[in-house]
Amino acid sequence: MTVKFTINGVPVEAEKGESVIDVARRYGFEIPSLCHHPAVEPYGACRVCLVEISKGGRKKMTTCCNYEVQDGIEVVTDNEDIRRNRATVIELLLAEAPKAKAIVKLAEEYGIHKSRYEKEGDPVAQMHDGCILCGLCVRVCTEVVEVSALNFTGRGDKRNVGTPYMETPQNCIACGACAYVCPTDCIGFEEENGVRRLKKWNRELPLAKGEDGRPFAPQFQLWYFTQKAGLDKDFYKKGGPGSR
Amino acid sequence: MELAKVDAIIDRYNNDPTALLAIMQDVQDEMRYLPREAVTRISQKLSVPVARIYSMATFYTSFHLEPRGKYTCTVCMGTACHVRGAKRLVEQLERDLAIPSGKTTADLLFSIEEVNCVGACALGPLVIINGEYNGNMTSDLVSKKVKQIKSQEGGA
Repeated sequence: MTVKFTINGVPVEAEKGESVIDVARRYGFEIPSLCHHPAVEPYGACRVCLVEISKGGRKKMTTCCNYEVQDGIEVVTDNEDIRRNRATVIELLLAEAPKAKAIVKLAEEYGIHKSRYEKEGDPVAQMHDGCILCGLCVRVCTEVVEVSALNFTGRGDKRNVGTPYMETPQNCIACGACAYVCPTDCIGFEEENGVRRLKKWNRELPLAKGEDGRPFAPQFQLWYFTQKAGLDKDFYKKGGPGSR
Repeated sequence: MELAKVDAIIDRYNNDPTALLAIMQDVQDEMRYLPREAVTRISQKLSVPVARIYSMATFYTSFHLEPRGKYTCTVCMGTACHVRGAKRLVEQLERDLAIPSGKTTADLLFSIEEVNCVGACALGPLVIINGEYNGNMTSDLVSKKVKQIKSQEGGA
């Protein structure tokens, strides 16, 4: 079923169930966001994708990654009001993750060079260690990889992302998907001396070697993939992508 | 650890993963906390990741992952109790039991807990011991209560 509405005055069409951000980007409208990824369910955590949506004469500012398209709505993706609100959100995020490249870049686009909220030695920021609690790693690990080694823990100022009992997760296959999607690069993915390491989860797995003798991927990860995809158990040994 | 009890609780909910919260509550009612073995068992039987159960258990303050005392002394720290000296009651309990607030004695007899308001402000300051509401408390009365329970339990 087709849904018709407008973005910045331009008439657009979308499928029912799509989110406004995906449709807007398809039509070439730029909307910044940090916690949105098409492979996982929207979560609306980073609040950077704020837009104005008018419906039946009422206007409201809302995140558009978790806003489902509706007939007749009018979306505005950029104006002074929106930019001011996004700037506040970005300034708060910058205080949590002052070293994250993606956030620093976004902040510069919005004319912020130093966050007024950044505090030396703030215990909550120290606990988060550059994490903005966007939940992308959690969603990827749960929905895409289907390992569920991670989740949120605690609540309020104790809320964090972590592994059960804050121990090294034994079910983690060290695939690195969490580090790949992390918008602040706070997980720490390393490969050296034939070992893959995910620093934040304290997970280390030795890398199996491909046919050419070079370290390739953890045995556990390869085993998990063959199980999940119903591949032959020797898939990665003979002619699989690992045996380049 | 009696996992049979955990199994019985899970069976009562027909292994329904949507009943996770209720199952966790029932297990905690039974054991006073959520033992790790129980969490693992629930995870296996309901096919719910341990990470998710741990997440829920740390989100709700009513869940405990460490063993709790047989008697929980809950001190109300709401505004009315606070102005009537609830903090002194906590300090008295901490002295009498030699544990910090939020912890449990080594003999697993007492735990001290602070809550924000139980809605019985007219009776403040309040100490709730295993569901029994003790209003208009003083440090002396709290001490007496603790001693009474100790002797009742045959301790020193």
